[in-house]
Amino acid sequence: MSASLPYAVHETAGHDNASMTTVGFWIYLMSDCLIFAVLFATFGVLVHSTAGGPDGKGLFELPFVLGETMLLLVSSFTFGAGMLSAQAGRKKQLLAWLAVTFVLGLAFIAMELHEFSTLIHEGAGPSKSAFLSSFFTLVGTHGLHVTCGLAWLIVMAHQVVRFGLDGIALRRLACLSLFWHFLDLIWICVFTFVYLREFL
Amino acid sequence: MLNLLVRYLRIALESAMGATSARLPRWLVRLLCTVPAGLLAGCHLALFDPKGDIGVQERHLILLSLVLMLMVVVPVIALTLFFFWRYRASNTKATYAPTWAHSTKIEIVVWAIPCVIVAFLAVLIWRSTHVLDPYRPLASDVPPVRVEVVALNWKWLFIYPDYGVASVNQLVIPANTPVDFVLTADSLMNSFFIPRLGSQIYAMAGMQTQLHLIADAPGVYAGMSSAYSGEGFSDMRFNAIATTGIGFRQWIQRARGAPAKLTRDAYRALSQPSTNPPAMVYADVDRNLFQSVVNQYMPKPKAEDMSAMASMAHPTPKQVKE
Amino acid sequence: MIGKLTLGAIPFHEPIIMGTLMVVLLGGIALLGAITYFGKWQYLWTEWFTSVDHKRIGVMYIILALIMLVRGFADAIMMRAQQAVAANGAAGYLPPHHYDQIFTAHGVIMIFFVATPLILGLMNVIVPLQIGARDVAFPFLNQLSFWLSVVGAVLVMLSMFVGDFAATGWVAYPPLSELGYSPTVGVDYYIWSLQVSGLGTLLTGVNLVVTILRMRAPGMDLMKMPVFTWTALITNMLIIAVFPVLTATLALLTADRYLGMHFFTNELGGNAMMYINLIWVWGHPEVYILILPCFGAFSEIIATFSGKPLFGYKSMVYATSSIGVLSFFVWLHHFFTMGSGANVNAFFGIMTSIISIPTGVKLFNWLFTMYRGRIRYHSSTLWTVGFMVTFAVGGMTGVLLAVPGADFVLHNSLFLVAHFHNVIIGGVVFGSLAAITFWFPKVFGFTLNEFWGKVSFWCWQIGFYLAFMPLYVLGFDGMTRRMNHYSNPDWHPWLIVALCGAVVIGAGIVAMGIQFAVSIRDRHAHRDITGDPWNGRSLEWATSSPAPLYNFAHIPQITSLEQHWDDKVSGRAYSQPDQYEDIHMPRNTGAGIILSGFSFALCFSLVWHIWPLAVASLIGAIATFIVRTYDRDVDYVIPASEVARIERDRYVRLWTTVSSPDLRPIHFEKAA
Repeated sequence: MSASLPYAVHETAGHDNASMTTVGFWIYLMSDCLIFAVLFATFGVLVHSTAGGPDGKGLFELPFVLGETMLLLVSSFTFGAGMLSAQAGRKKQLLAWLAVTFVLGLAFIAMELHEFSTLIHEGAGPSKSAFLSSFFTLVGTHGLHVTCGLAWLIVMAHQVVRFGLDGIALRRLACLSLFWHFLDLIWICVFTFVYLREFL
Repeated sequence: MLNLLVRYLRIALESAMGATSARLPRWLVRLLCTVPAGLLAGCHLALFDPKGDIGVQERHLILLSLVLMLMVVVPVIALTLFFFWRYRASNTKATYAPTWAHSTKIEIVVWAIPCVIVAFLAVLIWRSTHVLDPYRPLASDVPPVRVEVVALNWKWLFIYPDYGVASVNQLVIPANTPVDFVLTADSLMNSFFIPRLGSQIYAMAGMQTQLHLIADAPGVYAGMSSAYSGEGFSDMRFNAIATTGIGFRQWIQRARGAPAKLTRDAYRALSQPSTNPPAMVYADVDRNLFQSVVNQYMPKPKAEDMSAMASMAHPTPKQVKE
Repeated sequence: MIGKLTLGAIPFHEPIIMGTLMVVLLGGIALLGAITYFGKWQYLWTEWFTSVDHKRIGVMYIILALIMLVRGFADAIMMRAQQAVAANGAAGYLPPHHYDQIFTAHGVIMIFFVATPLILGLMNVIVPLQIGARDVAFPFLNQLSFWLSVVGAVLVMLSMFVGDFAATGWVAYPPLSELGYSPTVGVDYYIWSLQVSGLGTLLTGVNLVVTILRMRAPGMDLMKMPVFTWTALITNMLIIAVFPVLTATLALLTADRYLGMHFFTNELGGNAMMYINLIWVWGHPEVYILILPCFGAFSEIIATFSGKPLFGYKSMVYATSSIGVLSFFVWLHHFFTMGSGANVNAFFGIMTSIISIPTGVKLFNWLFTMYRGRIRYHSSTLWTVGFMVTFAVGGMTGVLLAVPGADFVLHNSLFLVAHFHNVIIGGVVFGSLAAITFWFPKVFGFTLNEFWGKVSFWCWQIGFYLAFMPLYVLGFDGMTRRMNHYSNPDWHPWLIVALCGAVVIGAGIVAMGIQFAVSIRDRHAHRDITGDPWNGRSLEWATSSPAPLYNFAHIPQITSLEQHWDDKVSGRAYSQPDQYEDIHMPRNTGAGIILSGFSFALCFSLVWHIWPLAVASLIGAIATFIVRTYDRDVDYVIPASEVARIERDRYVRLWTTVSSPDLRPIHFEKAA
């Protein structure tokens, strides 16, 4: 009776295995990407709705934003280096790279907050015009993501210290890595379409 | 019956694709009104008893599209019920083909039928949408009457810029004369709709939209807001009174003699939220009132912007907003 | 300290609301008391609330939906009653302030907290079983999604008693939904309940897509996937694609209301038309999100009860996929009357009518599935045929509305209201109820009572036509939607008929309740011993009813589209394996419900501007999530011996109560 059973040879009982998590997280990032797409579209519609208030050209300081951009780009590189160490199983090196990435990310957030507070003090806050609303929301949403990434970095580093570089840690590091590079990509779009566009 | 439908369809298709003004025999229209099931008393319903050319064309379009689709929908429903009955489990005489699940021929047919119908519909949609575009001025020997409409909370203000008068919740227009509406809203979005005359259009704050209607016969037609706008929405009704040309001129004369004047202050008082205000008539309306309502949310209205706006032949709301 | 919240937020002066509050309070106390009395808290907590089992989560989704259906229906009958009395200058019994909240709540509840949970629940229950998986890809996320939906539903319910709900219509167009015109907390309740439940829906979307793409049993390539799973795949892809748009749009409205920004305001450059575009970029695919799994369910049911494979499986797959793609190019048909140019309107009108092609093909395919079948007149078949007839009408009126020139007079009319109820009741409700009847035994191990099921069907069917055909007529007579009162005497008789129809639908809901009660009472008489009560065709019917925790003792090897049917025909089905293996299953956790508790506190405090609580609950939610990531012990092993015991019991029951020929397909008997 049981000679020719139609059963699979390999049983995949495990849940949450690495590739599934990565695929899931990747899909989640795509949906996050759509949130940014909406914010970019909104910004595109409202960019000229300055309502008599200041426009981007008068507000933005390109060298400052270029500095922010560089920080984030370098942080992407340092995270990548960290991932290489992780894959090689070098825990201390990984932690060092994560620390550097964290500092760079924190510096980015600090610069962004500085920019925001300067703008608000100049009287160009988010409630000044539709243009500024969409500017603050788009850039701020990215900043919020980076802040979440920073919190994740801390938790991740602690988990690596506590549990070592096991499969779960590597899997989560891979997700965080995706997240971090994704934010970098979004920022490049922000830099291009929000800031650079004003000066072209 | 099928013959009739086919004939109607042919005539209607011709008219949709060719001369759009081709009128159908009344008896045919009357018959066809009763065809779509459930519409029984069809010809007394507002949309089936239009009093203006736009409304007549829209009725025609509705019936034509319905007939076109019923040609598929009725057989599908009939076949569904027939198959359901015919192939009931207790009917062992019916053929049973337990593994039959594919037939290229049938598949081609089931894809083709809706494709053909939609192809017809697509042509119909393309043509009718252009012909019935609310922004398209109506061809007529008579010069049009211009009316500026402001949706207030919760009443309608009609300004007659050529006559310098205005009215609230009462729209007086001459019959057989095209009426060119430009619309805006003071704050909340509404939709301006007189079912018996035809198309509706949104009235939105800070923007202007356009609508062109004509009444074919004198009469009193109910008008309303058809886009929900809050507490007083249900009372946002008005009467559209189509009169003869003489009647209209007389009404203008009377309006010019009305005691109330629509100054900026009077407008500000009027724009306060209220429901069911008495139908009012104002003599002496501020000439730029409508434009200033449109521009009230703009920080610095510049003169050149406004002239540019006026010269735009066919502005979409977005362009106006820009 | 408590923000805007005062005792005055409770509408003591409104007898209708206070009466409802009393009923809810008494009912709630009775329910809690009963649970305590019977000592069921422990059971509920360990077996249900903390469960990560996809079947239980699915069931809880459906229970949530049915509870909210009662609330949504109560709103409906109040509206119908108001319009039936508020004729010819009479004010009716509901003032606009209350009536406007009711129609808003009705729409929000029916879409977000009835239709959506029904669909999510069904997909949750069925998809893993159909693809031969033991659970979804991320069981904990699944639990979290469900409890977030509950938070949304609780917020909507709470708004009735503490504060008010939005009075803006269910898509909350600005500027009406802006702070200046809706200063109360109503719109805030709307925003946060949708945000939190929308997040849950999005997570489910990700979860099920990964499940379907990565967890299919070996051998099940995409074109061997049952059609319900196909529709679930497309639906979840749509969810991933459009719910972020809803989230972003509502977030922008939130920024306007909370931070004084100007996205959609009249002032300072805001653009309300942008909101209308964005909300429908989400809104139109949303209706396909709801209907597609129902199409899938109908396909399974019609094939099973006709005793034939689904006609044109490939056509169905292509039709479903093309509907998914096309649904992104039709949103503007919701506002042809906004003054876009004729070219734009015509484009979207044509795109909308094109989407009816694949839908029409589906209808034809069901038709030809019945052709030369042996159709059993089960209540799920009745729902299916009722759907086919009703949906054909609804589809037709939908295409009529897609003709811009017709829409210019039908837009925002009761014709429109009739149309979307036609497709949502005829499609989504009939589909979900058919699916519940069909798959109920797979989850609970006994079939539902047929008599009351049929009573429910006829009440719904007749009630639907009585309630909504008059609205089509009223639409042709120029009656617009959302009217609190009206003066046209011609409308009155039609609205009375519509009220009667709503009452008949109410009887259908009551019959459904009786059906559940009677079925549970008689459960022993209607046990499903074989696990295959309808002579089914796809994989879920191969396992026992109720399906065991692990769904399949061995993950099956897939060789055909109709795996179970083919196994029955070839005699491979119901063969007992010699040995079993350990099975890894995810462990139950309370993290989802705790996280959702914090989310509730967060949303409630945001609605009422209770900032300290908001900050505290946000920190609480984040902390819970982080703590959860430190838990490495998230699954456990069901030992092979335990699996063997469960399976042995099943086969003993099977062979002692059922004779072997009963387990063969009907036609196979005849052929042999």
